[in-house]
Amino acid sequence: MNRIAALLALLLFLPLFGLAMPFLFPGVEGSALLAIDTISHLGNFVLGGYVISTLILIIGVGLGVFILGVGNAWIIASYEFPGKKIFEWALILPLAVPTYVTAYLFVDLLQFSGPIQSTLRTMLGAESLWFFPDPRSLGGAIWAFSFCLFPYVYLITRTAFLERSGRLIEVSETLGYSHLQALTKLVLPMARPAIFAGMALALMEVLADFGAVSYFGVQTFATGIFKAWLSFGDRLAAIQLALGLLSFVLLIFFFEQHSRSQLRYASSSESRLTPKILSGGSRFFAFTFCGLTLLFGFLMPAAALLQLLYKQGLSIDIRYFSWLGNSLFAAAGTALLSVVLALFFAYAVRLSPRLAWVNRLLGFGYALPGAVLAIGVLSFLETFQLAWWISSSILVLVYAYVVRFLSSSLQSVETGLSRITPSMDGSAALLGLSKIQILRKVHVPLLKRSLITAGLFVFVDVMKELPATLLLRPFNFDTLAVATYQLAADERLAELALPSLTIVLVGLFPVLLLSRVISKS
Amino acid sequence: MQIVFKNLSLCLLLTIAGLATNAAAQPHKDSDKELNLYSARHYQTDEALYGDFTKKTGIKINRIEADDNALAERLKSEGANSPADVILMVDAARLWRAQIDGFFKPIHSKYLESRIPANLRAKPDPEGTTWFGFSTRARLVVYNKAKVNPQDVDTYEKLAEPINKGKVCTRSGAHPYMLSLIGAMIERRGEAATEEWAKGMVANMARPPRGGDTDQIKAVASGECGVALTNSYYLVRLLRSTKPEDQALVSKIGFVWPNQQTTGAHINIAGGGVAKNAPHALAATQFLEYLASDSAQEYFANGNNEWPAVKSVKIDNEGLKMLGTFKAENISVASIGKNQIAAQRLLDRVAYK
Repeated sequence: MNRIAALLALLLFLPLFGLAMPFLFPGVEGSALLAIDTISHLGNFVLGGYVISTLILIIGVGLGVFILGVGNAWIIASYEFPGKKIFEWALILPLAVPTYVTAYLFVDLLQFSGPIQSTLRTMLGAESLWFFPDPRSLGGAIWAFSFCLFPYVYLITRTAFLERSGRLIEVSETLGYSHLQALTKLVLPMARPAIFAGMALALMEVLADFGAVSYFGVQTFATGIFKAWLSFGDRLAAIQLALGLLSFVLLIFFFEQHSRSQLRYASSSESRLTPKILSGGSRFFAFTFCGLTLLFGFLMPAAALLQLLYKQGLSIDIRYFSWLGNSLFAAAGTALLSVVLALFFAYAVRLSPRLAWVNRLLGFGYALPGAVLAIGVLSFLETFQLAWWISSSILVLVYAYVVRFLSSSLQSVETGLSRITPSMDGSAALLGLSKIQILRKVHVPLLKRSLITAGLFVFVDVMKELPATLLLRPFNFDTLAVATYQLAADERLAELALPSLTIVLVGLFPVLLLSRVISKS
Repeated sequence: MQIVFKNLSLCLLLTIAGLATNAAAQPHKDSDKELNLYSARHYQTDEALYGDFTKKTGIKINRIEADDNALAERLKSEGANSPADVILMVDAARLWRAQIDGFFKPIHSKYLESRIPANLRAKPDPEGTTWFGFSTRARLVVYNKAKVNPQDVDTYEKLAEPINKGKVCTRSGAHPYMLSLIGAMIERRGEAATEEWAKGMVANMARPPRGGDTDQIKAVASGECGVALTNSYYLVRLLRSTKPEDQALVSKIGFVWPNQQTTGAHINIAGGGVAKNAPHALAATQFLEYLASDSAQEYFANGNNEWPAVKSVKIDNEGLKMLGTFKAENISVASIGKNQIAAQRLLDRVAYK
């Protein structure tokens, strides 16, 4: 089993070898080992600016998802107020909306020529509204990303709050702490690993993104990578810049892994916090905070899509059903495969802790931007002259999805498995159960929820995935995400309403299921 | 719970079986009734175009549509084993790049040579011609009728002059359409003069370069920008639109054909050629010839708002007619491609975003 696990893990690590290929075999990609020409040009003129805007972006989004994620998690976990039952699950819904769709809608709605500014200008009789913030800006990008990605922080932090804060807060209150003091002095520091883990996930998404960022007219490090690749036709320089970005992502990644490892030491005592019933001003505040988050994160994008659809009229493109079918097929297949693999790896490590490195390695996939991952796969296949395979089979695409998304299902399964302590196995064995029976009667029921969560995460992610799909899909295999992108590229915003609304709707079911699973946990 | 596991493994088996069948059903076999198309075009109207070809010839088209670069990346990686038969791209510089990268197989086709004008195809050599342009779009100037006098913006050069300070909008300089325009300008005026021009453009910007071509037109109509550059294809789409909000947009803008007294308006092409190792080379040539036929050329004009490359084709498109006739730049599109990197570099130097 050890060998199989190690071998499988290496197989899933191939795209990274693909990226390193030009360095291992410099002859393949060109004579120079370093693309000095392109990189020094970019370094001289633009790279500095890209780095600064990237830093501002991740600091801004980091702050945004912190405020929205932790704020909502805290309110939901510790207070009782009207609408809480709905907010509890509804706050996960923004996960179903792809960031690039949010970007299209956000800009379309708020730009100078958009409906809101135009109406305001007519009402005020002004030529321009100096006070109106430009949506196509760093600020706009930070705003939209924050509302798209905060559920990562919300989900994980809420669980941390629920699991650990109950007795603590009660004790601290008897000792004279106010609720707020308990939050800042006790709960937040204790939930820190969970918060960091959620933030790291969100920030990795930001760094990996190119589509939404470029739609906002913001030039980040990813812009540099694409400029090297597209404008200068210098794949080597692009790969080198991508590796530079990756080393940065790696930092966040290790930070996240470290946070998670601390997460495990926390005891999950069963004492739950009894939510405090709010009244008056604080009740209003809690409702407004959660309500506005939901409004900007989900209700407005959904309403904008519906309105676009209404204006467009329901003329269904003949290709629509094949887009839908392909998306569902790819997402379900990948989800299933990922869950099985995650289960396998999680058990492999449980049985032989020496293999822990394997799972750390696999976690890296999530940190790979989709386009970089795709280039890695291409480079690898190119070296062995197998790239034609992409055109003839969907397997390469599913492989890329698995590499990218396995880590999220692995996390979920590992967490589930860590709840089953060895002593439980021991007791079961004492009661006369065989190993298989232990697996069936003890592990499976306890793992069921984690497995569902694992599969759903991957399903939603694959539905939304774009860059790897664009580069690695076979003939006649367009997905909803691809269709949405191509309509946007052709500047047909109205027509993208139907495919993107479908992505949201199809993503909604798993997310709702997920929220049910989670609210029961 | 056993049932759960059984079901799970059954599902898995089915999935893998599904994936495998999918793989088996995919085209790679040589048959004359199939054609593998790598296309950077992704217009709904092209469905009808391809369907028409299949109806006429019985040849089924398998497609991958992605942007030019994703296609190039795939072709490069697939190398000699590539299943591609026909490669279609939507920018002259990209076509040139694809030629340099050796993606095309030169072909001899009397029909194509007689139909497609010489400046809209690759330079022929004894082995044949690598790629042909099938439709053209122009980069023209749109202005806000209330704010700008058309005489002040009737050349690309004037946009960079002080008279247009604070009025100019374009999309990002890194976009292929912009790079090709600037590549053409380098060819006409040299690199130093073009850099001066780009500097002037940056100084005249009403806002940082951003958005697509439709966004530029909207920005001009709303008064955010006085003048902008746009691809004719998007303008014609708005001109033809029956939606009230689009008509309101159109009523506020005017357009000028730039550089009519001098070098002519910049045009770009969509075109393609036969892939180097095409498994169905015959069908590929047949498809290209079909694209130059009257019926296909009419699709480009009437369905997708592009000018047909074949001059004799009758246009039945109100929007295109509204744009009228114009003098087009007479630069070999190949030279545009050659200047692309220089264009990007000078834009970076003058901080053109």
